Amino acid sequence: MLLARPRICLVAALIGSVVLGFFQGQIDPYFVDILSHIGINITLAVSLNLINGHTGQFSLGHAGFMAVGAYTAAAMTLFAGPHVLPATAGPVLPMLWFLLALLAGGLIAAAAGLLVGAPSLRLKGDYLAIVTLGFGQIIAVVFRNIESLGGALGLNGIPPYTNLFWIFTTAALTVYVVTTMVNSTYGRGFLATHDDEIAAEAMGINTTRYKIVAFVIGAFFAGVAGGLYGHFTLTINPKGFDFNRSIEIVVMVIVGGMGNTAGVIIAATLLALLPEGLRDLAGRSIPVPWSSTPLSLHWIGESRPLLYSMLLIGLMLLRPQGLFNLRRGSSKAPC
Amino acid sequence: MKKWSFFVPVLLCGFVLAITGCKDSSNSGASGQTIKVGEFASLTGSEASFGQSSHKGTLLAIDDINAAGGVLGKKFELLTEDDQSKDGESATAVKKLISRDKVVAILGEVASGRSLEAAPICQEYKIPQISPSSTNPKVTAMGDYIFRVCFEDKFQGGVVLAKFALQSLKAKRVAILTDVSAAYSAGLTTYFKEQFIAGGGQVVAEQKFTKDDKDFKAQLTAIKTQNPDAIFMPIYYGPATLIALQARELGITCPLFGGDGWEAPELVQGPGAAEALEGCFYSTHFAPDQQTPEAQEFVKKYEAKFGAKPDAMGALGYDSALVLADAIKRAGTTEGAKVRDALAATKDFQGVTGKMTIDPERNARKPAVILQIKGGKFVYRETVNP
Repeated sequence: MLLARPRICLVAALIGSVVLGFFQGQIDPYFVDILSHIGINITLAVSLNLINGHTGQFSLGHAGFMAVGAYTAAAMTLFAGPHVLPATAGPVLPMLWFLLALLAGGLIAAAAGLLVGAPSLRLKGDYLAIVTLGFGQIIAVVFRNIESLGGALGLNGIPPYTNLFWIFTTAALTVYVVTTMVNSTYGRGFLATHDDEIAAEAMGINTTRYKIVAFVIGAFFAGVAGGLYGHFTLTINPKGFDFNRSIEIVVMVIVGGMGNTAGVIIAATLLALLPEGLRDLAGRSIPVPWSSTPLSLHWIGESRPLLYSMLLIGLMLLRPQGLFNLRRGSSKAPC
Repeated sequence: MKKWSFFVPVLLCGFVLAITGCKDSSNSGASGQTIKVGEFASLTGSEASFGQSSHKGTLLAIDDINAAGGVLGKKFELLTEDDQSKDGESATAVKKLISRDKVVAILGEVASGRSLEAAPICQEYKIPQISPSSTNPKVTAMGDYIFRVCFEDKFQGGVVLAKFALQSLKAKRVAILTDVSAAYSAGLTTYFKEQFIAGGGQVVAEQKFTKDDKDFKAQLTAIKTQNPDAIFMPIYYGPATLIALQARELGITCPLFGGDGWEAPELVQGPGAAEALEGCFYSTHFAPDQQTPEAQEFVKKYEAKFGAKPDAMGALGYDSALVLADAIKRAGTTEGAKVRDALAATKDFQGVTGKMTIDPERNARKPAVILQIKGGKFVYRETVNP
């Protein structure tokens, strides 16, 4: 549907990200911030969608992979960067080093994905969810206790390399890789694993292998997203990659509709906009007919977490299959 | 249900676009009449107790400044954003305050981690940031636009608490219990140990735990075998209460003492908490029963407005706004660079938390107070000068 012609979409998205990166200086920094959150959210949600949606596994450890990528990339630019790059490097060399750091972050996260995936993916459903949950916690605890990586205070003063170009190029590539892979001959195996594991096994599909592949690829993109996130907020600490973060990403996937890439992209965008929209509403007042003083919406400010949760509950009651899954009940044929 | 399937997403998209897309017309043009000051605080979430206190103090200060006629003939307008005690939120909130609301300065935050998140942004846009109560040394090291009105951990752990333990408590053998998940705790432990050992003290046991632990019997038993004169617990109030209860249960009777992380009414709430902590001490920035005229007047006004006694966070929130107003007055302008220079030149400023001078590292040099817990109340004991 929306992503029926992936290559054209990819080219369009890449052009879009180049344009965005070029005009970043002219955009209000607050909007650049929101756009960056959107782009990083899309990368995270679409990569998790490969695991949770298409392959039908339930991972609660995505923030853990993100943390691995963020710390690896930040360590490369922060600690190794000054030694590798000449003092008077132009703008090109640091960018190349940043690209390398992002890739390294992704690869180490993928390795972590393999490490968690290989022994535990023979588990199913809830059991797997618990294992990935444990993994996320372990990552946070490990980083918290490594003094050279800042311990609980994390890493500060990370160079501000991330811009809209990097963020949206990564998002576009993630979407492209996930959609084309799932739609390929090989990728049908992910859907088969999702739909009926026993039937798939009977057909000779190595479901464990498919699950591991989904984990490794999902973890890779989560790692890259983590690297981008670190060079965008300029400070990372273990608390930022805790269980709640994983849940946020899972919520994006569920709201968008499991296995529906276009839906997940829209959900990732909306869930990044929602808190800011509510923040904006809190600063306003609406005129009311029964009183001359306008009604202040100040209360929204402190009840944002509550409103957010209530919206989620309402959403799940009204549309349990996901906000944007227009074909009900069909979990096959991703678009 | 069928109808919903299409309209819900469309309506939600429309709603979000509508509220984010358009600008508030009532805000523009107002900047001519008022001086806009931004504040970001943890009004909700895990550190809300600190964030709310600090926010109330700041609110009171803004009221006082405006009641006195404002600064440079203009009134202060405080714009507050909540960061939900969440990482990643502070950066967005501060960017919004600077780029959309065009504030002239940023006040915040209590937690060092979130102050650190905002610091590079304030530094980039050359907007002075004053943290009321982030005590971690790294915060002001982020740039020359970042200030604080509280003392830092090095002074609190190294000078105040080590001096207090040696001279007032007359403790020679001290055990330490650290929360390794908090940078605050690890920092205080390091600075305390340095100065305490240099002053002739002895650390007989060092035990660790992490944030969510509920059972401390293993650590406490290990400490008990060493029979220390006192136990130093540079941690937050939540675990401090639990540890005190479990220590008394195990028959450990020596005094416990900690830093400003203990400062919360919750410390002595709950069954047995007040008895377990009876006679224990902690160092902090402010004591409501401190007998200085500034402190007494502040306590009176705070009680009248909010119906409760202020704590240190409230007093520091109050001072952060006053220091800013003083700097803007001396600078004669709200321009970032000039306000920064005026802030850096702050000398012997009389705030409610004592006389403070901003040192070249942009930290406040000021006295600390030691409080003692007596009958479930925090009672002023002594002042330690820098």
